[in-house]
Amino acid sequence: MTVSMPSSVDETLRLLSDDPAATILAGGTDAMVEINYEHRRPASVVSLRRVNELATWSIDGGTVRLGATVPYVEIMNSELAAASPGLAQASRTVGSSQIRNTGTVGGNLATGSPAGDTIPVLAALDAIVEIASVRGIREVAVVDLIVGVKRTVLEPDELIVAIRFPVASGPQEFLKIGPRNAMVISVASCALVINQAERSVACALGSVSPAPLRCGDAEEFAAANIDWTSDGIRITDPRTLETFGSMVADAASPIDDHRSTAAYRKHGIAVMARRALTRATTS
Amino acid sequence: MTDTSAGSTTTINPPATGVGNSVDRPDASAKVLGSFEFSNDLNHERMLWGATIRSPHPSARIVSINVAPALAIPGVAAVVTHHDVPGSPVYGLISHDQPVFASDVVRYQGEPVAAVAADHPDTCRRAMVAVEVVYEVTEPVVDLLTAATAKPVHPDGNVVRRVPIRFGDVDAVGDIVVEGTYEMGMQDQAFMGPESGMAVPAAGDGSIDLYVATQWLHEDRDQVADCLGLARDDVRIHLAGTGGAFGAREDVSFHVHACLLAQHTNRPVKMQYRRDESFLGHVHRHPAHMTYRHHATNDGRLVKVECDIVLDGGAYASSSFAVCGNAARFAAGPYKVPNAVVNASVVRTNNPPCGAMRGFGAVQVCFGHEAQMDKLAAALDMDPLEIRLLNALETGDRLITGQILDGVAPVRECIEAAAAFPLPPISGNDVFDQPGGAGRTADPLAVRRGVGFAVGFKNAAFAEGFVDDTHARCRLENGQVTLWCAAAEVGQGFVTIVRQIAVSTLGTDRVELMRASTADIGSAGSTSASRQTYMSGAAVLKACEEVAEQVRLAIAATHDVAPELVTIEGGRARTIDGRVDVIVADAIADVRFEAELRHMHRETYPLDEETGQGDCDVTWIFAAHRAVVDVDVELGLVKVVEVTTGQDVGVALNPLHVIGQIEGGISQGVGLAVMEEIITDVGLVRNPSFTDYLLPTMVDMPDVRITLIEQPEEGGPFGAKGVGETPSLSSTPAVAAAVRAATGLELTRVPIKPQDIALG
Repeated sequence: MTVSMPSSVDETLRLLSDDPAATILAGGTDAMVEINYEHRRPASVVSLRRVNELATWSIDGGTVRLGATVPYVEIMNSELAAASPGLAQASRTVGSSQIRNTGTVGGNLATGSPAGDTIPVLAALDAIVEIASVRGIREVAVVDLIVGVKRTVLEPDELIVAIRFPVASGPQEFLKIGPRNAMVISVASCALVINQAERSVACALGSVSPAPLRCGDAEEFAAANIDWTSDGIRITDPRTLETFGSMVADAASPIDDHRSTAAYRKHGIAVMARRALTRATTS
Repeated sequence: MTDTSAGSTTTINPPATGVGNSVDRPDASAKVLGSFEFSNDLNHERMLWGATIRSPHPSARIVSINVAPALAIPGVAAVVTHHDVPGSPVYGLISHDQPVFASDVVRYQGEPVAAVAADHPDTCRRAMVAVEVVYEVTEPVVDLLTAATAKPVHPDGNVVRRVPIRFGDVDAVGDIVVEGTYEMGMQDQAFMGPESGMAVPAAGDGSIDLYVATQWLHEDRDQVADCLGLARDDVRIHLAGTGGAFGAREDVSFHVHACLLAQHTNRPVKMQYRRDESFLGHVHRHPAHMTYRHHATNDGRLVKVECDIVLDGGAYASSSFAVCGNAARFAAGPYKVPNAVVNASVVRTNNPPCGAMRGFGAVQVCFGHEAQMDKLAAALDMDPLEIRLLNALETGDRLITGQILDGVAPVRECIEAAAAFPLPPISGNDVFDQPGGAGRTADPLAVRRGVGFAVGFKNAAFAEGFVDDTHARCRLENGQVTLWCAAAEVGQGFVTIVRQIAVSTLGTDRVELMRASTADIGSAGSTSASRQTYMSGAAVLKACEEVAEQVRLAIAATHDVAPELVTIEGGRARTIDGRVDVIVADAIADVRFEAELRHMHRETYPLDEETGQGDCDVTWIFAAHRAVVDVDVELGLVKVVEVTTGQDVGVALNPLHVIGQIEGGISQGVGLAVMEEIITDVGLVRNPSFTDYLLPTMVDMPDVRITLIEQPEEGGPFGAKGVGETPSLSSTPAVAAAVRAATGLELTRVPIKPQDIALG
């Protein structure tokens, strides 16, 4: 096995162009498990550890640009947490401290698991993924990046370099159900992003569909029923919260597996969506 | 012979590291720093790596096995199959019914079919894929309730054992009757160190050394030697650093495979299971289905317990025979039960094989009988504590086997101690104090608190007439004590306890415990059944005392005093005139004192096959637990807030170690209550990883408050009882009871899943 350790994005892209079959290694929290269990036997690995420009982030005006290899721990513990509280909450639910110290959002997206914890938040944020190759840069929305269970539109020679999304302009919530109180794969998760300036509501779900799932009907319903005021948002009729939960659950298409049941997942989504909107409108 | 103390009046006190002190483990810092050599650290410059080729099917006929493509791979040194087993083709703990390698059929997913030795683990992996095994898949038997009458899984039939108990008036009827059906899923021991070890062929003489993480060296030796067709002395088993056991290392795993590969290649062969392989490569806790009917008087006294228990043993017998016996004997709980009708059975299926795990049959029934006690209390409008205290067993009572409970039995004290702790305050707002934890799902308005009690008991040491012996040797020479005992240290603390025993008897902490090995001494029995301190600790104590006695006589001879004028106490030897007052170990120089002995507990007897009556147990251990939980009743998520316990320990030889055992046992009990389960789908394991086999994290582990009930046990060293299994008995039902109290749901199965609560 050959391991390359490029120090720039350009060098990385050339390596991937020369050897599109190479496995890209960032935090390694998915790749190393697959290698150890021989689900993949890469002949070559391109490590991003020395590509410093991928591990930086910036806030420019109203936009966060998050480098693909910024680890979860930094999202939780830096100014990013205030700029994107939903993403910080989701990052905190990922694995253990060791995993959060090394795992990255770029890896979460590239793996594209339905249970990827940051994906619902990014989907609700309408995040844009910057994808680079020697052929240039293209931009893809998160909801278009992942098209099925661990299937993305990434070409073999492409690299996720950054994710862009707006700075929070209103409450954000991320809730995740697991049968253990920490360090657990999501049974179902729910992200809620409210944009007070635009008077919009976005809700996305995890672990209840093959690909990222937005809940358009429920979002429009909530936006229409929120009392938007300059000093906060309210929902006056509590039945609105229940209805919102039901509508979000209706959008989910969960399955039975060894982690849970479809019925419970649907139920859990309804409860989490209701609680998320309750918190967002009473804080 | 010289007397080092002659003329001396200064005395040096024995070190304060004897029994009763919370002495650190001798390997504590090495384990913390990572320098301790575990079995998977074994290394030999000439070694090959071994790997096991396993059935992917729970039930299939083997049509053919072609090893030639694997042998053609450069670096592959040997591939062995059932054709290569020179001795007994089968092995097993109680009945020899499990093939070393499957020959005609496979009976569970992961059953070994062949093994390969190669120069590198990666070469092994390629060879494993290259071995061509053609299977004809057959319908697996997976339902424990219909397994008894299903097509035979094994030539020995689908019922491994039935245990009926008929005690007192089987037709007795109570004023009030409550019924319930309960189920327990399959728990895994989930030790941290997967199976590993190394077989080293001896030069020239055909004998072999096996270094292995195990619970019972001599039983391994006998089974391995029989399969290899060697004399037992030609197989030497040495304990390798063992990362936990909890019952899963009582059975032979790769032992014979590694030895065969070493013999075929004449090279040392190391094997170590991967985590997913470990889940398939050892036995688990038996899933159970239990139907109970409790009869009581209107004032809450038990009249009769009726119970039908079916345990799923999987394809091979392992220790199922004894597990079933335990489930039957302890089915009624630690209560005065004048009449009982119990039918326990263990069946074969094509599910993963089950055998020993901490609590050994008593865990399953404790979940059943404790749910029933709560049901009875509710039906009588009694407090759950009150009904347990009213019926609590006491010394002198008759058990449902007819045996008189003649040992220490502080059931009442355990219950009262667990209940005496003040209830914890309402939890704070930190997400980690809430059900759902890091997922931030909790809504305080949906969180309900519940409190539950449970009491459990079982036997310690082997039962039902099983030969249960242990051997120890003590040597004292120039102040240095050397101990030999083949007791497997699996993390429980035997290596600490025996040093403390030597300190307390011989007065010195210059004590070396030799590595456990079949080459050096007789069997110590298994590190299981809460028996090693009680049994091998007693053997070491006796050996040390015998050496001390030799020293006493030598002092008498040296100083020309009558032997009865020399006393030994607390590690010191004194003459009555005060002329000699020394630490025993330092009393006589340049003489080797040595004692070796075999220790057995009192005789036990089989259960009558028709009535289940008999004096089959040596001693009993008891505990009570109170659990406090917070439940998000809408999402079904649980936070176990606190578990308090009173545990019967005899005398705590090392209180810190006892607390460690109790906290660890409660962790496993909490896990079984709310998350730990091997999930199978038509015989296939769906979650063989720590990603999906969930163990409690520190966020899930409740605060634990402990009262040790110390009433010295006759026959135990310094009055000690076994403490390892007790915390696993009633912690699970206590948590289940607390979740019932919080939710109002019946919750008849553990582990309790979120959907059982949210959609219940």
